Amino acid sequence: MFEVVAFYLFAFLTIAMFSVTVTTKNPLYALSSLAAGMIFISAFFFLLDADFLGVVQIVVYTGAVMALYAFGMMFFNSLDDIKESAANPKTVFILTGLVSLIVVMMFVAPIVGHQVAYCPVNEGIGNIQNVGIVLFTKYLVPFEVAAVMLLVAMIGGIILAGKKMDRSITQMAEEEIDDHHHTDSEIAKDIK
Amino acid sequence: MSLTLNDYLVLSTIIFIIGLYGTMKRKNLLMLFFSTEIMLNAVNIGLAAISKFHGDLTGQMFAFFIIAIAASEVAVGLGLLILWFKRYHTIDLDSLQRMKG
Repeated sequence: MFEVVAFYLFAFLTIAMFSVTVTTKNPLYALSSLAAGMIFISAFFFLLDADFLGVVQIVVYTGAVMALYAFGMMFFNSLDDIKESAANPKTVFILTGLVSLIVVMMFVAPIVGHQVAYCPVNEGIGNIQNVGIVLFTKYLVPFEVAAVMLLVAMIGGIILAGKKMDRSITQMAEEEIDDHHHTDSEIAKDIK
Repeated sequence: MSLTLNDYLVLSTIIFIIGLYGTMKRKNLLMLFFSTEIMLNAVNIGLAAISKFHGDLTGQMFAFFIIAIAASEVAVGLGLLILWFKRYHTIDLDSLQRMKG
């Protein structure tokens, strides 16, 4: 009974938060509601006995990903409302049709297919031990590949975002800033 | 009354559709990233639910790898986005359009 109440409460909260994220015009509201929704989703993982996944969800999403977005938003003028033009209705119609077909197929797949447990849950030990045993035996190679991928992504992020980071605006005189801004906008015009 | 696999799958589908609506409607690239995160999380709920109701840990393993992929996607994507914003001073999706068909 308690489980059912928790499920519906968190389902309502998650859907409400994510609806705010996709409909709001203010990027800061979108960021905060997305972070809240991520935390509410971890509640489902705890309800589903996936304790470790729930903790990872909070640590990685709300701790790392949201902090990265908040940091990235400092580069954009995020306090302005977003101006968006309306999309072509025909394109949206065709895309929606195709994608909803795929969603129905995904939804039916676990019902139609017959399942054989590939990595059965060991009842005697907790979830974290179970996850550790499976992750470091059957999924050791994907785990290592994921580690290399994260390293590559980190280096890529530093190289992409870190260009001209040595030039600090706070340490410049006002004329210097105007100078730099001027050359930057000229470069942007040239590229356009 | 207890929860079944279908309850979780329906919830997962609803959240996935919210994310899908966001990806198709929004024109701001940052908002597109947010919608992608929502869709990835929706799939994670479905995988964790199937993992529990079939007594199989594979679903949880896939959810872990999806989280790892989402984290690296954000790092690279945000780097590219910052680079684009520095150069063009906009993150509107239409500004990426070079070829007019």
